[in-house]
Amino acid sequence: MNNDKRFAMALIIPAAIIIAAVVVYPFVYNLVLSFSNMSLLHIRDWQIIGPRQYEKVFTEPRFYGILWKTLLWTVVNVTFHVTIGMALALVLYEKVPGKKLFRTLLILPWAIPPVVTALTWRGMFHYEYGAVNLILAKVLHQTPIQWLNDPVGTFAACIMTNVWLGFPFMMIVALGGLQSIPHDLYEAATMDGANAWQRFKTVTLPMLKPVMTPAIVLGFVWTFNKVDIVWLVSNGGEPADSTHILVSYVYRAAFNLYRYGYAAAFSVIIFLILMAFSLVFMRMQREKATPA
Amino acid sequence: MLKKLILFIVLLAVTVGTIYPVLTVITVSLRPGDRLLSTSLAIIPDGATFENYIALFRDKPFARWMFNSTLVALAVTIFATALASTAGYAFSRFRFPGHRAGMTLLLVTQMFPATMLLLPLFLMLAKLQLINSYLGLIAVYSATALPFTIWQMKGYYDTIPRELEEAALMDGAGYWRVFYSIILPLAAPALVITALFSFLTAWSEYIVAAQVLLTENLFTLPLGLKQFQSSMTTEWGLYSAGSIIVSIPVIALFLYLSKWLVSGLTLGSVKG
Repeated sequence: MNNDKRFAMALIIPAAIIIAAVVVYPFVYNLVLSFSNMSLLHIRDWQIIGPRQYEKVFTEPRFYGILWKTLLWTVVNVTFHVTIGMALALVLYEKVPGKKLFRTLLILPWAIPPVVTALTWRGMFHYEYGAVNLILAKVLHQTPIQWLNDPVGTFAACIMTNVWLGFPFMMIVALGGLQSIPHDLYEAATMDGANAWQRFKTVTLPMLKPVMTPAIVLGFVWTFNKVDIVWLVSNGGEPADSTHILVSYVYRAAFNLYRYGYAAAFSVIIFLILMAFSLVFMRMQREKATPA
Repeated sequence: MLKKLILFIVLLAVTVGTIYPVLTVITVSLRPGDRLLSTSLAIIPDGATFENYIALFRDKPFARWMFNSTLVALAVTIFATALASTAGYAFSRFRFPGHRAGMTLLLVTQMFPATMLLLPLFLMLAKLQLINSYLGLIAVYSATALPFTIWQMKGYYDTIPRELEEAALMDGAGYWRVFYSIILPLAAPALVITALFSFLTAWSEYIVAAQVLLTENLFTLPLGLKQFQSSMTTEWGLYSAGSIIVSIPVIALFLYLSKWLVSGLTLGSVKG
């Protein structure tokens, strides 16, 4: 083996061993579990029972409702993250007084630990003492809303919390993208008589696209699988297990209901849904890149 | 001029809305015990006191939780940064058997739902009797952190021109020397971001910790905070004061390092 091969191996092997132990092996184990009947009742005497757990997932009527809700959750969140983040980035890119301070304060939601965010917002949605209802009543003179006792209210509360938490990431990514746009492009567009909106459409957006696209794809995948906010804001799916996205539902099946085989199969299904989405998306990108 | 003023006002309004939740936590943390549940919207409450902060350390094992969180977060940070900085370099500079498969695998893990690794790891830890131990928690956190950090480092190394190493190698420097004395310093922004993310995730993670750590003495901070809220009556004062203490080091780190965020975050390279 020549020198640089040996060096490359020395660099890669520690990480490879760890990943084999904590990623690859558990992944295979999860696959095996998904074809088994393991549960609290069968924790030691579990056996392979074939694809029955997968059948259970697909024949469970609630699965489709939760799947739909997860898509709604993901699309609404990512849409708000990207629009708010890009709008703020555009404003911060202008010469506004105090923009450094604004930028710093606007990153705060990203910096705060998500567990604090979730529990704090849960408190803010409290019917009687929560800030949201107090503002509704005292400032806007509206009737307070029963946020956390109602499936729709709780889901809305989860989304608002996650929108607040997630826009700074998109803002920072967009700011980075804006900084890489050469100024002469804007000057050329202005010379050609483009107004602000036309400049945004013909210069800013196309130049931001290569930076924003991977961020949006990652944002989509991360939001789809984001368990902590839904779990903590709804206190484990309350009221009556009506507030779940796919991954929080599996978390509950695995760790509160001890349906291990079922949860393992459910995880695989979520994973396949996301894989399918990514493959379709990548194909679309490639087709766009090579016009016929 | 008018445009600037409008932009300023918009920015001010959004910023106030953004930091408002933070302000409410500060407010509640300063309220005296008999006025925790209040419908007042004042920022500095009447009779403001640090009683809640003192109570955390006097009546609750908060100091212990801080120690636990620090220990776990530091271990994960050192571990993930060391492995990611080396493996990422190999992926960036060398072609070896399994290179493509490895990169694909790392990307695919980003689509795993949390339970996909958590459930089998949990059962494995139970078998190895590592439930309720730091080691178990560190193992699970590393499983989540490593794939992304390796991608992240690889993407950054890709932006460093190869000519730098080639020149140094020509001058007779060894691979290791070139790596740690030329490349690593240049990759500082990515190293900082990688370390920051590993630390942040481990410091504030709840979902995994809630399954792996069972006794109050071993709790990390997020579990402690949740405990204040899950008892029959929420201890708002303790919760808020605790939240502030949990958040301060993270926010300080984050803001201090935020100038690196734009350059160190190499999302553009995810397309590989």
